[in-house]
Amino acid sequence: MKNKGEEKEKKKIKIPKYKMTKKDFIHNLKIQGFILPSLIGVLLFYIAPFFVIIYYSVIDNPISKKFVGFQNFIDVFNNEAFRLAAWNTFKFSFTAVPLAVVISLLIALVLNEKIPLSSRFRTAYLSPMVVPVASIVLVVQVLFDYNGVVNLFVTFFGGDKIDFLKSEHAMLVIILLFLWKNVGYNMILFLSALGTIPRDAIEVALLDTTSEWLIFWKIKIRYLTPTLVFVTILSTINSFKVFREVYLLTGSYPYESIYILQHYMNNMFNSLNYQKLSAAAIIMSVVMIVIILIMYILENNYSGDMEE
Amino acid sequence: MDQEEKTLNESTANEEEYVGTFDVPYKEEPEIAAESEHETEAPAEIESEPEKEAPAEAESEDNAEARVPEAEDKSNETTIKYKHTSKLYVRFRKGLKFLRKVVLFTVAAICALIFIMPTVLTITNSFMSKEEIASNYGKVFATNEKGGKVFIGEQVNLKLIPDMVVFDQYKAVLFQSPDYLFKFWNSVIYVIPIVLLQIAVSLLASYAFTRLKGRLKSIVFFIYIIVCMMPYQVTLVPNFMVINWLNLINTRWAIWLPGISSPFAVYLLTKYMKRIPTAIVEAAKVDGATEWQIFRKIYLPLCKGAIFSVAMLIFIDYWNMVEQVLILITDDNLYPLSLFLSRINSAEVGLAFAVATIYMIPNLLLFIYGEDYLVEGITFQGGVKG
Repeated sequence: MKNKGEEKEKKKIKIPKYKMTKKDFIHNLKIQGFILPSLIGVLLFYIAPFFVIIYYSVIDNPISKKFVGFQNFIDVFNNEAFRLAAWNTFKFSFTAVPLAVVISLLIALVLNEKIPLSSRFRTAYLSPMVVPVASIVLVVQVLFDYNGVVNLFVTFFGGDKIDFLKSEHAMLVIILLFLWKNVGYNMILFLSALGTIPRDAIEVALLDTTSEWLIFWKIKIRYLTPTLVFVTILSTINSFKVFREVYLLTGSYPYESIYILQHYMNNMFNSLNYQKLSAAAIIMSVVMIVIILIMYILENNYSGDMEE
Repeated sequence: MDQEEKTLNESTANEEEYVGTFDVPYKEEPEIAAESEHETEAPAEIESEPEKEAPAEAESEDNAEARVPEAEDKSNETTIKYKHTSKLYVRFRKGLKFLRKVVLFTVAAICALIFIMPTVLTITNSFMSKEEIASNYGKVFATNEKGGKVFIGEQVNLKLIPDMVVFDQYKAVLFQSPDYLFKFWNSVIYVIPIVLLQIAVSLLASYAFTRLKGRLKSIVFFIYIIVCMMPYQVTLVPNFMVINWLNLINTRWAIWLPGISSPFAVYLLTKYMKRIPTAIVEAAKVDGATEWQIFRKIYLPLCKGAIFSVAMLIFIDYWNMVEQVLILITDDNLYPLSLFLSRINSAEVGLAFAVATIYMIPNLLLFIYGEDYLVEGITFQGGVKG
C-alpha cells in the first residue's frame, strides 16, 4: 500500500529542490518496514477512528444514520455551552501556553547564570512531575478552597474571601496549576538548548557589543528558536491534559469560567450524543491542525537554518 | 554541586585577575568568562583599577591567586589618574554584580520552594495521624462531606511538619485496606507493558522517519504530530468504537493497545534521532552494515539517554491516567490506583496522603536515578565529536 503511495507521490508532487530518485526509492524500501508496527497502531487507534468521526458528524444519530449534512455543525455552533467552552479553551490555551514558555525560558536563563545550588533548584522545578494527580487535587483544594490557605492570606491582608474554584478566579487557579506542572520540564529543554549555543558566536558578538540584551535577542534567541517551537508544541499538548485535574477537582459541570471543550465533549459522550461530539471534535481538530501547521513550518524553517 | 557553589567566587576572581593586569589590551575582555554584566564601560576606567581594591576584596572573597598580579603592578599605580572615581565605579559594578546574583538566587529559591511545596506537603502529611489531618484540613473537606465523621477545625492549617510522626495511615493502607495495594498492582500492570512496548515500537518508527527520504514521510510525520497533539476527548468516541469493535471494552487490552501505539514517543525520538550525523551512517554503510545493524549498533546506543527520558515521560503520563480508564473500563477491579485514588472520599483524606506517597515512590525512584538522563537525553551529546 505504501509503495503505491510513494510512487504516486513521485509523480504528483513536483518539488524543485528534491526529486525522488530510483536509488532513494530502493533505500526507502529497505527502511519502511521499521515504521510498520507503529503505523498499524496509529492507523487503527488514532487515524481510522477519525474518519468514523467525520461520518458521525454528518448523520443525525447513530441508530437511524440519516445524512444531515452540516446540520450538526450548525447546531454545535449555535450551542451556548459549546461557545462558552470554546471561548474558555481559547482563553486558557492562549494565556497558559505562552506563559509557560516565557516563564520557563526566564527560569532557564536564571539557572544558566551559574547561581549557587542551581542543580538543586533544577530538581525542585522538576518535582511536580512526580506528584500524582490525586495529590495535586488534594493540595489544590487545601490551597484554593473557600476556607483554604490562600484565603487565609487574602483575609490577612484585608481582602474578602474568594471561592476560587467557583468564581471567575477559577481560570487563574487552573493556569497556575498548569504552569506549576509544566514549567519544570520546559525549563530543562531550554537549559539544554542554552548549553548548546556555541561560545564562539557569543564571543564574536561581544567584540561588537556589550549589551547582554542585544546578545540575547540577536544570537541566543536564534539558537533557541527550534526549542521554542518544540516547547510550544509540548505545552500545547500538555495544556489539553489539564482537563484531568480540572475534572477531578470540579467534576463534569464546573463553574462556567473553567468549562472547557473537553468538558463539553465528555458530557456529550456521557449523554451518548455522538454526532455533536464528533462535530465538536472536528471543529477542534481543524483549528488545531491550522495551529500545528504554522508551528511546524516555523520549526522546519528555523531548525533547517541552525542545525546545519 | 561544589562547582556551582564555587562559581560565585570564580566569577569575581576572574574580574579581579583581569582588573589587576595592566598590560591587557582593552579589546580582550576576559569578562567573557563571567558571561554576565556587559554594560558599557570606558576602557580608561577599567584599566585604572587600582590595587587598593585588593584588601577590601580579600575580605569578602579571599582569593590568593588574584592578588598576585596586582602586587606586580604596584609600580604603575602612580601613573594612573582618576583613581577614586574608577575605584568607586568598579566597586559599584562589583556590588551590582553581586546584588544581581543575590536577587536571581532569591527569586530562583522562592520559585523552587513554591514548586516543591506540594511534593513535600504530600509526603510529610502522610505521617500525620488521622486526627491531625482532620483538624488541619477539616474545614476544606467538610464541605463535601456527608457522614459527619470529620472533625471540623477552626481554620485551615497548612502544616509541613507533623506534630508527631505516626505511621497510622501507612498501616491502614498496607494492612487494613488491601484495595489500595491491589489497585497499585493494577497500575503497574498497565504501565510497564505500555512503556516498554511504546518505546520499542516508537524507536523503530523514529528510525524510519529519520532515514526515509521523500515527501510522503513528512506528511505522515505531520499526521503523527497532529495525532499526538489532539486532546484525548477528540478521539474519545472513535477510540471507544474501535475498542468496542475489537471486543476489548473492560479488558486491559483497551488501555494497552492505544497506549502502545501512541505516537508521542515517535515525535520525541525522531526529533532526537535527526540530530545524529548522517556521516556515521554513511561510514557504516561503506562497511556493509545492514539497516538493522545500523539501527541496532549505531542509533540505539546513541539514543540511550533520549530513550530513558522519553520512557520517563510516558511512565509519568500513564501512571497518572484517568480519562482512558473512565471511558474504556467500567469494572472497578481493573481501575488503576490513579483513578481510584482521586475518588477517595473526603473522610479518608489522611489515607489519601499516604496512598499518594506510596504512589509517588516509583516516580521518585525513577526521578532520583534518572534525572541526569532526563536532562542529558534531551540534548544530543554523542556522535562525532572529535
